[in-house]
Amino acid sequence: MATKRKRGHNYKKMSMSPKEYQSFAKTMEPPRSIFANCIKAFVFGGAICVVGQAISELYVHLMGMTQEAASNPTVATLILISVILTSLGVYDKIAQWAGAGSAVPVTGFANSMCSAALEHRSEGLVLGVGGNMFKLAGSVIVYGTVAAFFVGIAHLILGTGGQ
Amino acid sequence: MLRGKQSWWFEKRPVIIGEATVVGPDEGEGPLAADFDLVHPELDMQQKSWEKAERLLLEQASEFAIQNARIERDQLQFYIGGDLMNQIISNSFAARSLGIPYLGVFGACSTSMESLALAALLVNSGAGSHVLAGTCSHNCTAEKQFRYPTEYGSQKPPTAQYTVTGAGAAIVADRGEGAVVECATIGKIVDLGIKDPFNMGAAMAPAAVDTIQAHFNDTGRSPRDYDLIVTGDLAGVGHPIAEKLLLQNGVPMNDTVFNDCGLMVYDVEKQKVQAGGSGCGCSAVVTYGHLLKRIKKSELNRILVVATGALLSPLSFQQGESIPCIAHAVAIARKG
Repeated sequence: MATKRKRGHNYKKMSMSPKEYQSFAKTMEPPRSIFANCIKAFVFGGAICVVGQAISELYVHLMGMTQEAASNPTVATLILISVILTSLGVYDKIAQWAGAGSAVPVTGFANSMCSAALEHRSEGLVLGVGGNMFKLAGSVIVYGTVAAFFVGIAHLILGTGGQ
Repeated sequence: MLRGKQSWWFEKRPVIIGEATVVGPDEGEGPLAADFDLVHPELDMQQKSWEKAERLLLEQASEFAIQNARIERDQLQFYIGGDLMNQIISNSFAARSLGIPYLGVFGACSTSMESLALAALLVNSGAGSHVLAGTCSHNCTAEKQFRYPTEYGSQKPPTAQYTVTGAGAAIVADRGEGAVVECATIGKIVDLGIKDPFNMGAAMAPAAVDTIQAHFNDTGRSPRDYDLIVTGDLAGVGHPIAEKLLLQNGVPMNDTVFNDCGLMVYDVEKQKVQAGGSGCGCSAVVTYGHLLKRIKKSELNRILVVATGALLSPLSFQQGESIPCIAHAVAIARKG
């Protein structure tokens, strides 16, 4: 059944080495606007902080809390807003524009947990939601704790720790 | 049947007697919306999980293909299909509902043409007279499995692609009315060391080039024999790379129209899909929905669909492996 006829053309094989190809492919990538992304991240991240400050002022002036006492409910309120926006399917669209501006503040942390919990709800409450909620946030907690440990050691050695 | 090194020539000219496509809301807003059999307005399709929604797409596409072919379900002898999910669950569960002897295949986004080539091979060899080929993908199942939770706020680079929510199914038969599957070229794995899962177009482009050249070498055809050559999902970054490489290698691609399903399925300028579409459903819905209609309307005589697949897994890229890629080409022509 096999027909091995000699045919018209014989196009040559790829002559590029993997290294050559990778640098060629790099030149074909659309430019990533790092400067514009930085500005957007600054504006949006800053805006979240302004909102946080406004919420904090509300707790201080309307509910008579001290600045210090107001900080915990302020963070909780920001988390609540982030979780609501995530559940409505808005937060990921904001993030495509804002980048690090929406990822770095506490709202980004809340989004990472809420989105994982929503996504894995179909696999059950224990193995799905419980087992996957910290899928993304887990590494932040691990390395946050590790970093805090080393900073604590440094403070101890240098004698600069707060009372 | 074997022609050259890696191509099959189908002397009995198997016919695609019926095909159907079902898509999600984003594809329904794209330029090809009118060509799909059904557009779902919601991504969840009123199902309890994304996985169930993906399965529903394929079940519906198969049902519509059977209706469009005007045959009974029990006339189908075999079903060949695959998808992107781990253990190709969408196809296995859809095959459970179909109740047809089933061969599961995996070629990532090249599955559309892999399954079509195999279906044509079965029909051509006399192993079956009616064989169904199908594939599907869902944006949210792919995001969940390969990237992050769908609602997670991560910024995608401009080289990233948007997985098509859609399913396509085609029935290949030994006789009947429809477009003819003339020949197929099976690709080999090409891996030039691209590791970025957000730049799969660049990773897959050399595989498409390799298969296209092998197809011309094996069949003696050249680009001018085709009214249109489409790649599966190279999109805005990979497609120009493939074109440049082909021209560099002396393949006269200017003699034909060279396009990409990932660029056709969306309005890349207006819809927020980064470089363009991808996924098993991408080449399937464009080929079975749009291109076969153009062949029927005699706008196209003969086309070559080169479906491209990035055969990575979430595990392999996290372990720092590069992306092995593949492309399978199928030539489809107007009957006559």
